[in-house]
Amino acid sequence: MTMNPARRAINAEGAPDQIAEFGPDEPLKLDAGYDLSPLRIAYNTYGTLNAEKSNAVLVCHALTGDHFAASPSPVTGKPGWWSSLIGPGLPIDTNRFFVICSNVVGGCMGTTGPASVDPRTGEPYGVTLPVITIRDMVRAQAMLVDRLGIDTLFAVVGGSMGGMQVLQWAVSYPERVFAALPIATGARHSSQNIAFHEVGRQAVMADPDWAGGRYLALGKRPAKGLAVARMAAHVTYLSEAALTRKFGRTLQDRDKLGFGFDADFQIESYLRYQGTTFVDRFDANSYLYMTRAMDYFDIAADYGGSLAEAFRDTTTRFCLVSFTSDWLFPTEENRAVVHALNAAAASVSFVEIETDRGHDAFLLDEPHFYAAVDGFLSSAARARGLQP
Amino acid sequence: MNAPVPTSEIVVEPASARVDLQIIADLVEPKTRVLDIGCGDGALLSLLQARKGIDGRGVEISQGGVNECVARGLSVIQGDADRDLVYYPDGAFDYAILSQTIQATENPKLVLSELLRIGRRAVVSFPNFGHWSVRAYLLMHGRMPVTKSLSYSWYDTPNIHFCTIRDFVALVDEIGATVEQAVALDAAGQRVGMRLPWGFWNLFGAQAVFVLRR
Repeated sequence: MTMNPARRAINAEGAPDQIAEFGPDEPLKLDAGYDLSPLRIAYNTYGTLNAEKSNAVLVCHALTGDHFAASPSPVTGKPGWWSSLIGPGLPIDTNRFFVICSNVVGGCMGTTGPASVDPRTGEPYGVTLPVITIRDMVRAQAMLVDRLGIDTLFAVVGGSMGGMQVLQWAVSYPERVFAALPIATGARHSSQNIAFHEVGRQAVMADPDWAGGRYLALGKRPAKGLAVARMAAHVTYLSEAALTRKFGRTLQDRDKLGFGFDADFQIESYLRYQGTTFVDRFDANSYLYMTRAMDYFDIAADYGGSLAEAFRDTTTRFCLVSFTSDWLFPTEENRAVVHALNAAAASVSFVEIETDRGHDAFLLDEPHFYAAVDGFLSSAARARGLQP
Repeated sequence: MNAPVPTSEIVVEPASARVDLQIIADLVEPKTRVLDIGCGDGALLSLLQARKGIDGRGVEISQGGVNECVARGLSVIQGDADRDLVYYPDGAFDYAILSQTIQATENPKLVLSELLRIGRRAVVSFPNFGHWSVRAYLLMHGRMPVTKSLSYSWYDTPNIHFCTIRDFVALVDEIGATVEQAVALDAAGQRVGMRLPWGFWNLFGAQAVFVLRR
C-alpha cells in the first residue's frame, strides 16, 4: 500500500507507530455511500489502559496534523504537535490516561487515503476515493476504539478539524464519550472558511503536475500548487497582530526594496518556507480530501437545522475553548456550540483565551488554555472515579 | 483639591465579605439544579456543591474567573447576564441565582425576567443603595458614595444600576413576580429584624437577598 513517499521511506526503516487493519468483512461505511475496504488505521498510544478500560482519551488531529501527537514525527523529526500538552504530569497526563491518536481516514500518514492503492485497479486511489466526511473519520476512529476493546472513552479532545471530530463523536456516540473538549472549532464550516479552502484546492489542481489527481501513478508531485495552498492557509492560522509583531515590514536579507518579485519582506520568505517544507510532509490529494471534509461539516444540518437538537439529552460533559484573535474559528462560532449546549441543558464550560496568536494558539504554549484543560479533565476524572 | 474620602465610615457590604453567599446557600434546597449568573471564581457553586449536593452551572464575564472555575472543575461558561441567558430553555433550573451582579447589568428588568423564565425560583442578592451610610455620604460629601467593597468612582464603576431595597421590590411588583423570602443584612452581616417594615430594611440593610418566583 503506497502513501506519502516521505512516509514510505520511514516505514522501510521500522514502524514508529501501530497499525490496525480491517479486512473485507469490516468495511468503513462512508457517507458517500461506499464501503471502504480494506481499511488501515495508523495510530499511536501513550500511557497505559487501566483494567476497567475507563481512562482512554482520544486525541483528534487537525487538517494537516497526524497521529504523532506526543512522539516525534518520523518525517520531520520534530516533537509531537501536542507534546507540551500530552505527557507525564502534563494536562493530558499519560500517568493517568491512556491516550490514543490516530491518523484520520483520507490522511497521508499511514491511514487509508487517496495515496493508498485501490485494490480494484492496483493504482493509488487519487481522486477516485469517495469524498470523506468528518463523520467518516469518527466512524473509523470508533472502529479502532472497538478494536482496542474500549467501550466508553473518558475524553475526546481536539482542536480545529480535531474539534469538529470531538463534536461529531459527542453527537454520533453520546454514550461513548464521558467528556468532550473541542477547541478552536465550530459546528459547521463558515462560508469564509470554505472560500479559503477552495483557493487552496484550486492552487493544487492548477498545478500541471497534479495531473487530474494521478500524479503518484505518473511519478510526479504538484509541489508548487500545494505550497501555494499552504501559504494561503497559513495566513489564516495567524493574526494581523501576530504577523505585525513577528515580521512587521522587515526586509529579508537586504536593507532596501529590491524592485522585483523576490521575497523582499520577511513575511514572504517565511511563507515560502512554510509552503516548501509542507510539501515534503503532506500529500496533495489528502489536502483536497481533508479540506473537503471540513467544508461539508455542518452538524445542525443533520438535525433539521437545530444544533441544540443534535445534543438533546446528552450526558457528556463539555468544555469549549476559543482564542480571542482566532478569525478562522472565532469565539462566536465556538459560542454558538455553547449556546446550543445550554439550550440542551448540557453540562458545559467555555473559556475564551486572550492571545494575539490567532488560530494556531491551540498548538502553542498558552498557560490559561493548559490550566483549563487540566482543570476540566481533572474534575471529569474525579466524576468518572479515576485514580489521581 | 478634595480631601481623600474616608472610606471607613461607610460600608455598603458587610465587612465579612460575601456573607450573602452563606445566606443563599441556606435558602437553596439540596439536590437541585442551580445556575449561578456572575459566579466569579465559583465560590458559591463550590459551597452549594459541597453543602447541598446541587448540580451547578455558572456564567461569568471575566476570563480570570472562568479559568479559576474550570480549573476547580465547575461547569462555567464565559458569558454575560445581558446576552447569554436567552439561550437557556424555560424552567431549565430550580434556581437561577444572581448574587451581587444585578447592579452591573445593562438591563436589570430583562435580566430579572430571564432569571424567572429559566429558573423556577430566582435568588437575587444586591448591595442596598438606600442604606443610611450611603445616604449620609451623599448628604455630607455631596459626592457619589465610594465604599471599601465597591471602591469605584462614578466614572469607572461597572455598577451602573444601583438600586435600593424599595426600588427592587417595586421592580419585582412591576414584572409580576412574587417575593417568597427576603433577608436584609446589616453592615455587620447580621440579619435585620424580620418583622420590620421595608422602610426600616431600606435604611439599615447593607444588602438584601430575595427569593422570587413567577
